[in-house]
Amino acid sequence: MEVSAPSNVSLREFGCEQSLLSRPDGSASFVQGDTSVMAGVYGPAEVKVSKEIYDRATLEVLVQPKVGLPSVRERSQEQCVRETCEEALLLTLHPRSSLTLVLQVLHDDGSLLSCCLNAACMALMDAGLPMSCLFCGVTCAISAYGQIITDPTSAQEKESRALMTFAIDSKERKVMMSSTKGSFSVHELQQCVAVSQRASERIFQFYRDSVRRRYSKSL
Amino acid sequence: MKETPLSACERDFILKAIEEKKRLDGRQTYDYRKIKISFGTDYGCCFVDLGQTRVMAQVSCELVAPKESRPNEGIMFFNIELSPLASPAFEQGRQSELSVKLNRQLERCLRNSKCIDTESLCVVSGEKVWQIRVDVHMLNNDGNLMDASSIAAIAALCHFRRPDVAVQGEEVTVYSPEERDPIPLSIYHMPISVSFSFFQQGTYLLVDPCEREERVMDGLLMIAMNKHREICSIQSSGGIMLLKEQVMRCSKIASVKVSEITELISKALMNDKTARKAGGRCGFAESMPQERITALKVDETPVETADVTEKASSIIKEAEAPPPTAPSPVVPVPGVGQVGLGLQNTWGVEEEEELEEFSSGDDVEEVTKMEEDERKNTKGDVVEISDSEEEEVVILHPEKPQKAENVKSSFHQKGAPSSKKKTKQKP
Repeated sequence: MEVSAPSNVSLREFGCEQSLLSRPDGSASFVQGDTSVMAGVYGPAEVKVSKEIYDRATLEVLVQPKVGLPSVRERSQEQCVRETCEEALLLTLHPRSSLTLVLQVLHDDGSLLSCCLNAACMALMDAGLPMSCLFCGVTCAISAYGQIITDPTSAQEKESRALMTFAIDSKERKVMMSSTKGSFSVHELQQCVAVSQRASERIFQFYRDSVRRRYSKSL
Repeated sequence: MKETPLSACERDFILKAIEEKKRLDGRQTYDYRKIKISFGTDYGCCFVDLGQTRVMAQVSCELVAPKESRPNEGIMFFNIELSPLASPAFEQGRQSELSVKLNRQLERCLRNSKCIDTESLCVVSGEKVWQIRVDVHMLNNDGNLMDASSIAAIAALCHFRRPDVAVQGEEVTVYSPEERDPIPLSIYHMPISVSFSFFQQGTYLLVDPCEREERVMDGLLMIAMNKHREICSIQSSGGIMLLKEQVMRCSKIASVKVSEITELISKALMNDKTARKAGGRCGFAESMPQERITALKVDETPVETADVTEKASSIIKEAEAPPPTAPSPVVPVPGVGQVGLGLQNTWGVEEEEELEEFSSGDDVEEVTKMEEDERKNTKGDVVEISDSEEEEVVILHPEKPQKAENVKSSFHQKGAPSSKKKTKQKP
């Protein structure tokens, strides 16, 4: 079944609060619909000798689930986020130091990985770490009828045939990371990438607005 | 990452301030920091802000087999997670002294005080009971984690609803929230822990110490109490000697604080209930402050997708066709088994061959002829040595059809070793 032209593509309402925690060097909570993730960044700081890399900073990403201990699912999310952040951050500016990014899931209502990515980016921005570009995450679901749904809820995720999450950079809207589930055609994949690139513009605009608001003198 | 140590002058400054009955954040000796209780979207999720300290509690349930000693009681499980988010000193997945202490205190505060009716959690006596799991996540550590987590845990337990179950004979049906309204836990009372820190060998006392104060304190006293002024647990740590009067005074202060906090929790629960009833949106997403300069929220936004299909098609068109991939050449070496699409399956061949042996008589004769020769040579020995009757049969009447029935099951395993035996015996 081929994808019909995407018709009602939209992002759920989303929001972000930065520096809401006092202890971490940078923190943010990102909300997409009901999905919410809290992120905290520590660093650049002292690194354990065993983890030291001589020419760049060591980035550690931890995803804390809401119930129970981190499992394989969290490990895979950690890896997706870490690889994206490593690409965006200028780690060579802080050799032999550690960066720790902790993501705490507050509520999961679909598109969790993209919410994690967005929260991570906002927290890194809040921590003032040098980055070559910003990034954002967009999740697309292909429903059983072949429709593309961006930013799906968990109910939509369950009904979908395929689920894809892309991390997109702010400079050229290139795909930095992709994580997919389910089966889809090449055409569907390209369409989802194109939709995500379009959706990312909204999120980058939001980043811009929130930074502008933060450094403005009035609300 | 290590905790930044507190410098000597900072330490002196804090202690001197305490001597002058002053606190860093301008509180009085017996004042609590501002407590904010909010609830998540799903049942049993509670956020507590105690000043800058932030804690999240999540309650979940599961049907499990009960403990053998208590067949008709539900199980309570508490887990305090010192996430590295809260403080750089907390490490992932390691049981520190602090986490053990907090876990134990929370267990004593909530499980051993029997504030929750565990018998009502029984579904089928001795077979199925509810296990209630409370996960407390520290989000930001600014001191007094215990009080914050005890408030969060009890508020989350009060907020929690478990799915309804029905037992009909042997069958247990768990209803989803859509089918039947979930049921709240039955809670008898709400124990709340109140922490007191002591300085200068117990000369000075402070309620609700913040992180800086915790680092210079000499001793800590945690009293868990409910609003009926019943003490549920007392724990003193830090190795400080306390006088009877001091403990009495602390318990009096605790009773006042506990009644205040209980009221606050009830109010928060009421607010949440009315909000849910009104059908309004609730949860963390709604509790995000709008007036702060660091927060921003945008409404649902449509995404422009007019040219998406064309773009996708053009990318695919422009993309070069992948080079035709030839299947990698396969040169099976004798004795190498291979499995895969389009390859000859060499697995389980022996089995098939052996089965064939018995099905078609002609083949059997050919194949077994050699063996027979061997057997004839060693017949006598084998019969003496082998205990198995089946093996005897094999050897004596290899081509009779009745043998096939007897042997089929055991021949695959025993055939090979037995022939080896024979070859060994030959010389």
